[in-house]
Amino acid sequence: MLLNQFLLLSAVLFCIGIYGVVVRRNGVMVLMSIELILNAVNINLVAFGANTGTPMGQVFSLFVIAVAAAEVGVGLAIVLLIYRNRHSIDIDELDELKG
Amino acid sequence: MIASFGTRAAEAACSASDCPSVPANIAFGITAAIMIYAAFRVVTTKNIVHAALFLVLVLSGVGVNFLLLQAEFVAVTQILVYVGAIIVLFLFGIMLTRAPLGRSDDLDNPRNRPAGIAAALISLVVLAGSVIATFSDTEVALDGPNSVEAVSDSIFGPYLIPFEVLSVLLLAALIGAIVLARKD
Repeated sequence: MLLNQFLLLSAVLFCIGIYGVVVRRNGVMVLMSIELILNAVNINLVAFGANTGTPMGQVFSLFVIAVAAAEVGVGLAIVLLIYRNRHSIDIDELDELKG
Repeated sequence: MIASFGTRAAEAACSASDCPSVPANIAFGITAAIMIYAAFRVVTTKNIVHAALFLVLVLSGVGVNFLLLQAEFVAVTQILVYVGAIIVLFLFGIMLTRAPLGRSDDLDNPRNRPAGIAAALISLVVLAGSVIATFSDTEVALDGPNSVEAVSDSIFGPYLIPFEVLSVLLLAALIGAIVLARKD
């Protein structure tokens, strides 16, 4: 198998995730798009690790999986808090920092 | 001389794990097509629960890719953590924020759509161009079946301190999520 096919698949997933982060206005959907991006990175890490013949890529992708789990937990807690305070998770309405 | 060189080149092209990996390539093609379609639906569907379920397809496809790369432990962890835990968290988040469970038209911000398409296309061109220019015909060197052993030796050897820091991070995230989400 070529290394390129995994890298190109991960590039496509990454770009779809970027589109989702920019376009979606629901907080939960933005978190889902971030998961797409993190998974694209994981494919890259494991493919490069297999290419160099060391387990480092797999170790780093395990770390990324654990950090992503923590990120989703805290992110969903924040989204819940926003919903409780404003009764909406439309992130386009969160513009108090705008002057 | 030239003929023997040609034969040797053909043998090298065939024996460099190219011919035995035809089933793997077919599996990769099918999974990649499903993953790209599902990822596209995650960011374009109008139904938020459907987005979560399409995300299951993408994450399982990533697990299949890990299996194709002979990273069994990462593949099992991917299925356990993502499909088993994170998707359930997402579904809980959808339920608790009383998201519209049916079709809803205000999941997207139409004003941001040109910016999103531009950002995605530019990064796709840059990424795909650099990847194709750098690794045009590099083969993935898949070696022996000791991958799990090597991973465990690495985690509990040179990466022990990052591993322990990671467990502290998970504990901090757990406590932080409880503190943020509890009512008072």
